[in-house]
Amino acid sequence: MTTKTQPAATPAATTTTDLPFNRRHFFQMLVTYGLLFSGAALLMVPFYWMISTSLKTLPEVQTWPIVWVPATPVWQNYPAVFQKTPFARYLLNSMVIATGGIIGTLVGSSLAGFGFARLRFPGRNFLFFLCLTTMMLPAWVVIVPHFMMFSAVGWIDTYLPFIVPAFFGNAYHIFLFRQSFMGIPRELEDAARIDGCNTFRIFAQIFLPLSKPVIATVSIFSFYYYWNDLVYPLVYLQSQLKFPVSLGLRMFQTANSGVVDMPKMMAASLMALLPCVVLFFVAQRLFIQGVVITGVEK
Amino acid sequence: MTVQTTPPKPKSKFLRREAIEGYLFILPWLIGFVIFRFGPMVYSMFLSLTDYAARGAPKFVGLENYIYMFTKDPRFLDSLRSTFQYVVGFLPLNIIIGLAIAMLMNQKVRGMTTFRAVYYLPAVISGVAVAILWQFVFHKQWGILNAILSLFGVKSIGWLVDPKWVMVAFVIMSIWGVGGSMIIYLAGLQSIPTELYEAAAIDGANRFRQFRSVTIPMLTPTIFFVLITGLIAAFQIFENAYIMTGGGPNYATYFFGLNIYFTAFKTLNFAYASALAWILFAIIVALTIMVFGTSRRWVFYAGGGDDA
Repeated sequence: MTTKTQPAATPAATTTTDLPFNRRHFFQMLVTYGLLFSGAALLMVPFYWMISTSLKTLPEVQTWPIVWVPATPVWQNYPAVFQKTPFARYLLNSMVIATGGIIGTLVGSSLAGFGFARLRFPGRNFLFFLCLTTMMLPAWVVIVPHFMMFSAVGWIDTYLPFIVPAFFGNAYHIFLFRQSFMGIPRELEDAARIDGCNTFRIFAQIFLPLSKPVIATVSIFSFYYYWNDLVYPLVYLQSQLKFPVSLGLRMFQTANSGVVDMPKMMAASLMALLPCVVLFFVAQRLFIQGVVITGVEK
Repeated sequence: MTVQTTPPKPKSKFLRREAIEGYLFILPWLIGFVIFRFGPMVYSMFLSLTDYAARGAPKFVGLENYIYMFTKDPRFLDSLRSTFQYVVGFLPLNIIIGLAIAMLMNQKVRGMTTFRAVYYLPAVISGVAVAILWQFVFHKQWGILNAILSLFGVKSIGWLVDPKWVMVAFVIMSIWGVGGSMIIYLAGLQSIPTELYEAAAIDGANRFRQFRSVTIPMLTPTIFFVLITGLIAAFQIFENAYIMTGGGPNYATYFFGLNIYFTAFKTLNFAYASALAWILFAIIVALTIMVFGTSRRWVFYAGGGDDA
């Protein structure tokens, strides 16, 4: 096998290296790299600003011309965030909301995704279309009725308005699950049926284990959503000790509006972003896949 | 094995069972749809036709909220103007810059994965932390943007306090997330069969001609997707404005989302907030339908067209 592929690869390799030095191509690549590097540098400026500010003293922040690199990094700004605000509590609260939300989304969305992908029933296409159209509905249209509903059942200032609706699935994630389930060969399903599996077992023991990438994608997207969400915490939560990170940062911001303690605020913001950035680098491939599936399908 | 045609199944019974199971699987979603989507939609439509301020019972007033909105409410005009300004500033740039970066990256660039990650990262992070960061980037006295511009002799700009510049600031900040559309374009570019370019080259098409006659037509479905999703998202901008400007200066960034939020949860005018939300929804739906309507003329489906 290996000996056979060898000769096939060599001619292809030689043709590319034997090409005469192409001046036009060289300049084109020079421009390309130049543009890509400068673009990347521009995009990184805000991050640099965040890190450098978080390590400055207050006078260093309030000077012109600006201080590009702090004279001596004030690492103390980071622990100070935890002393000045219940930041650890905020982080924990965000974790609780995100975990509940992710579990709910996975359960609700995978069930519906399976129904839409693998079972035939009257009105399926219409219902799936209906499901997709809900993606267009701005949250603003339903936010007042939601608030009234959750007040009526006494769920205000609890995490239930975040977690319970998640169990009913989310249109976008239903779509992702459906796409993934549709790609699983029918034969697997038929074989399991002949072996006496019922539909739920086929779903839980064959389809779900084969759908780890989409489970991961949905989990990641949901994590970002719940971690960053501001509107719903703003509307549903009242006591400060229940606030997630997003609302905690907002509190910090308004509390400091007079004296602007920028270094500590940047330190806090950076810590709030860190889980998202780390997750991005760990799961970059899944991210891109998730986005690409939707983009190509439409 | 599967070569033989499937034997006639006990059709009706099997299908009915499959249908029942199908409904059971989508039941959670269906219940959620009724409780959290359809029901609230109907109710908020009803609220928009009432006088209701979170107390007592809603009193039916017909179209009064809408009439007030279109004839007397200066804040409604602020929302309309600022939201459209933002959408018009952001959407074309998002489409063009995203495509330009994707094209650069698609030239078998070395270290493409690293570039891709760097460009995509700002698009995935969002929320209060990012808004606070940008607030300081845009700071008039001590911000890094004015510091960089001053190197080129530009006088300091009040990005977030000057009504003339604040929308530019919001567009700049949104373009920071252009990696979102770039990633979709990149996938679109990579799915264009190379034979098309080879055929075009044999026909004597130069690079520009190839771009115009192969790349762009093949990419129209992707452009369409970026346009529609960008449109729906841009109209709902809220967080960045809430954190960075609170709708100011002088209501220059009083986007629809802010107006609805403040009306509903600060002044507790639930009825009027619902009416505002419905107008926002109507605008989004109308524009989406318009774009879909024109798509027949410019979106090219390689498969011969989807009759959806």
